[in-house]
Amino acid sequence: MDAAVKLGIYVPHFCWHRKLSIAANCRMCLVQVEKAPKPLPACATPVADGMKVHTHSELAVSAQKGVMEFLLINHPLDCPICDQGGECQLQDLAVGYGASGSRYGEPKRVVFHKNLGPLVSAEEMTRCIHCTRCVRFGQEIAGVMELGMMGRGEHSEIVTFVGRTVDSELSGNMIDLCPVGALTSKPFRYAARTWELARRKSVSPHDALGSNLVVQVKGDRVMRVLPLDNEAVNECWISDKDRFSYEALGSDERLTAPRVKHNGEWREVDWPTALDVVARGLKDIAAKHGGNAIGVLASPHATLEELALVARLARGLGSESVDHRLRQSDFSDDGALAGVPWLGMPIAEVGAQDRVLVVGSFLRKDHPLIAARLRLAAKRGTQVSMLHAVDDDWLMPVAHKAIVAPSLVPATLAGIVVAAAKGAGRPAPPALAGVVPSPSAEAIAASLLSGSKRAVFLGNAAVQHADAARIRALAQALADIVGGTLGTLVESANAIGAALVDAQSGAGGLDAQAMLADPRKAYVLLHAEPEFDCANPVAARAALGKADLVVVMSPFAHGTSYADVLLPVAPFTETAGTFVNCEGRLQSFNGVVKPAGETRPAWKVLRVLGTLLDLEGFAFESVDDVRRALTPDAGAIAHRLSNATSMPVTAPAAHPAPLERVADVPIYFADPLVRRAASLQLTADAKPPRARVHRALLEKLGIADGAQVRIRQGRGEAVVAAMVDAAVPPGVVRLAAAHASTCGLEGLSGPVTVERA
Amino acid sequence: MLSADARARIDREIAKYPADQRQSAVMSALAIAQREQGWLSTAAIDEVASILGMPPVAVYEVATFYAMYDLKPTGRFKLTVCTNLPCALSGGAAAAEHLKARLGVDFGETTPDGRFTLREGECMGACGDAPVLLVNNLRMESWAGGEKLDRLVDELAAAADRGEGAPRGGEGGR
Repeated sequence: MDAAVKLGIYVPHFCWHRKLSIAANCRMCLVQVEKAPKPLPACATPVADGMKVHTHSELAVSAQKGVMEFLLINHPLDCPICDQGGECQLQDLAVGYGASGSRYGEPKRVVFHKNLGPLVSAEEMTRCIHCTRCVRFGQEIAGVMELGMMGRGEHSEIVTFVGRTVDSELSGNMIDLCPVGALTSKPFRYAARTWELARRKSVSPHDALGSNLVVQVKGDRVMRVLPLDNEAVNECWISDKDRFSYEALGSDERLTAPRVKHNGEWREVDWPTALDVVARGLKDIAAKHGGNAIGVLASPHATLEELALVARLARGLGSESVDHRLRQSDFSDDGALAGVPWLGMPIAEVGAQDRVLVVGSFLRKDHPLIAARLRLAAKRGTQVSMLHAVDDDWLMPVAHKAIVAPSLVPATLAGIVVAAAKGAGRPAPPALAGVVPSPSAEAIAASLLSGSKRAVFLGNAAVQHADAARIRALAQALADIVGGTLGTLVESANAIGAALVDAQSGAGGLDAQAMLADPRKAYVLLHAEPEFDCANPVAARAALGKADLVVVMSPFAHGTSYADVLLPVAPFTETAGTFVNCEGRLQSFNGVVKPAGETRPAWKVLRVLGTLLDLEGFAFESVDDVRRALTPDAGAIAHRLSNATSMPVTAPAAHPAPLERVADVPIYFADPLVRRAASLQLTADAKPPRARVHRALLEKLGIADGAQVRIRQGRGEAVVAAMVDAAVPPGVVRLAAAHASTCGLEGLSGPVTVERA
Repeated sequence: MLSADARARIDREIAKYPADQRQSAVMSALAIAQREQGWLSTAAIDEVASILGMPPVAVYEVATFYAMYDLKPTGRFKLTVCTNLPCALSGGAAAAEHLKARLGVDFGETTPDGRFTLREGECMGACGDAPVLLVNNLRMESWAGGEKLDRLVDELAAAADRGEGAPRGGEGGR
């Protein structure tokens, strides 16, 4: 089959897929091979020297027609009401290989529908032709076998184990893989026909991979999102977050006209009025309190053009307090970084490493497709090791694990550095003289030294760590000693872009954390929702509440308690823009639909605002002008990417608190768009966070599993249900951030107390 | 929960295969679980899956594929009659009809007293002995027709009353 594809010869098939193992169970690809006594399946027959294969001979075609007749025996004739109609492989091939009538007069079989959860619909399993692509996808790519084929022969059915749901963060790909209408998209169900939809290219605004998308549009509505093949980025997959977040675009919370708060009451106004209020307000505050009294918090999911303009606006007003690193809490190496932290290698190289250490990452949920690449590599023999605060299940063979409380992560990493230096016969950094590696640190170091291509990756939890600068310096030392590459997995779609256009605090300015700890007079929020997106939501709410002017630029009406002006700006589907992904790839896209209501692209809003404020350098005609003038080109980006730090390696002081928090940012709470995507919010990953703790802790406190507990952190507290989790080490409470129930807590890490609520 | 004895027997099966291929023991593990509990409940399949480190749905695939695994409780004695062509022509069909009449149940059903379950089986590889039937997957009866069937049913009914045969719902058993 691969040979036929290479030669451009089409052989009909259902179960064969270039990214999955060969099953040879649909038999549609039967071909005639000379000297073979019977037709052979093209997918499972290796090519041999001198082999003569006829793909379209009389024998081959009659075999293919025979298979088609069998497939159609039990397939319902419900194409007119089938969601797959028009993009169905069976429908297409039946035109070529099916007979015009059926010779089968007996009753057809009926397969009962199943509930697989909120994303994948299995309402019409009678349509299934048992190609097992969905089963193999689960086993091979998603790493978790949630679907299986029960029974045999005519009684086979695709099922989950006794009514369980499919919870993988990659499950939507099964919909694409299904060659018939058995697995379809639940949110898209009965919404449109494929031929009614316009297909427009776009780029995912969520994780740092920058998956390429096809956004399908009917009129002015985004109807669904599918992957666009790009071998170098997302292959042919996308995560469920990329696929289903479009539902937020039609959310009730969409802001469709500018609003201004007048004497405590919200009023819809026109754009000139709203922008006038903003311009006068900002000008007043800059004049009275100086430019630095204005703080700008920009989401790293905003486009490059928006970030460039908002940074220019801040600096035009005399403020250096502009930042996109909302969840970061250690900024001490700001002057020490040689460039913008990035993956350290092309995405395709991630799977080609022999030895990998991932420090501080909820890998599956933070980087679903990077995890899929590492999973395939691990199955081929790559040793993937983990240094993390919880024993997160990455659904792949993990060679060695060091699971320690967050405050001990630097010390453990130092141990790995010392062990690796000893193993490599090289001197360890002198500052680490007193460090004694733990057995798991020794094992990880030995693993890293054994392969030829090695990489150390810093995950989101490492970058957000309270001691992130030290971790980076230690990771660099480790990569140097083992002769490997240091990479950062990068938090969000445009974090690199934001750094490239300098949407972060400069000399004399305050960083994202400082400008909330030390309240400013005015804040401009670009796509950011600080109560969920910032490291310290308590400080964020306090600072915003005290400010004289808070300007919210967002597609959604939020922050009404602290905002003074709400400006509706376009989400990624309604504006042109650019994202720079984790490998530094510059990907531009155009808007796919018209902005909703009075919504305007943020770059236009910022341009007008700049002009109103009489600032230099805002005279742009188009988004291309902005891009050309303010953003670096692909060649310049490559020179500015670097993970190197000049911070010296220092010995970590390990003073663990009796109980520390580790906070994941759950995949479906991570940015404003996914938080409002209705179907994603129904998944298992979007359940309200629970305080996951070691069994011993609950026993010590005399609290039952599932009981409500009160968690205190800093000035804040939260009441949530406790849950015993064997993956959490003693002394650690895993409690997710970015959720309404936990945003009363200060910081993503740090000491906490737990008591019965 | 499986007994310590069953766990030990499963461990013995696992030891027959390389350490990274524990899943090879899935069929014997399921058979051991079934012999102990009489049938394979969801909990039993889950337990076998966790012992072998397999996804539960993969164990379920195996359990549903092979006809000898029972996913519902059976009677003390499960009679599986071969109705494939050689048997059917040599009295298998008649034997099945005879048993249906005698026990008052159809294929796949259990008698109300819980003593017998009747099953339709596939070829047992002994066509020369047709008709053949299996008792509880292990004991094969050859030339099983007419009076011989009645004697067999009488014998097993008596055994069932003594508490022999497959364990039923929570009881212990051999």
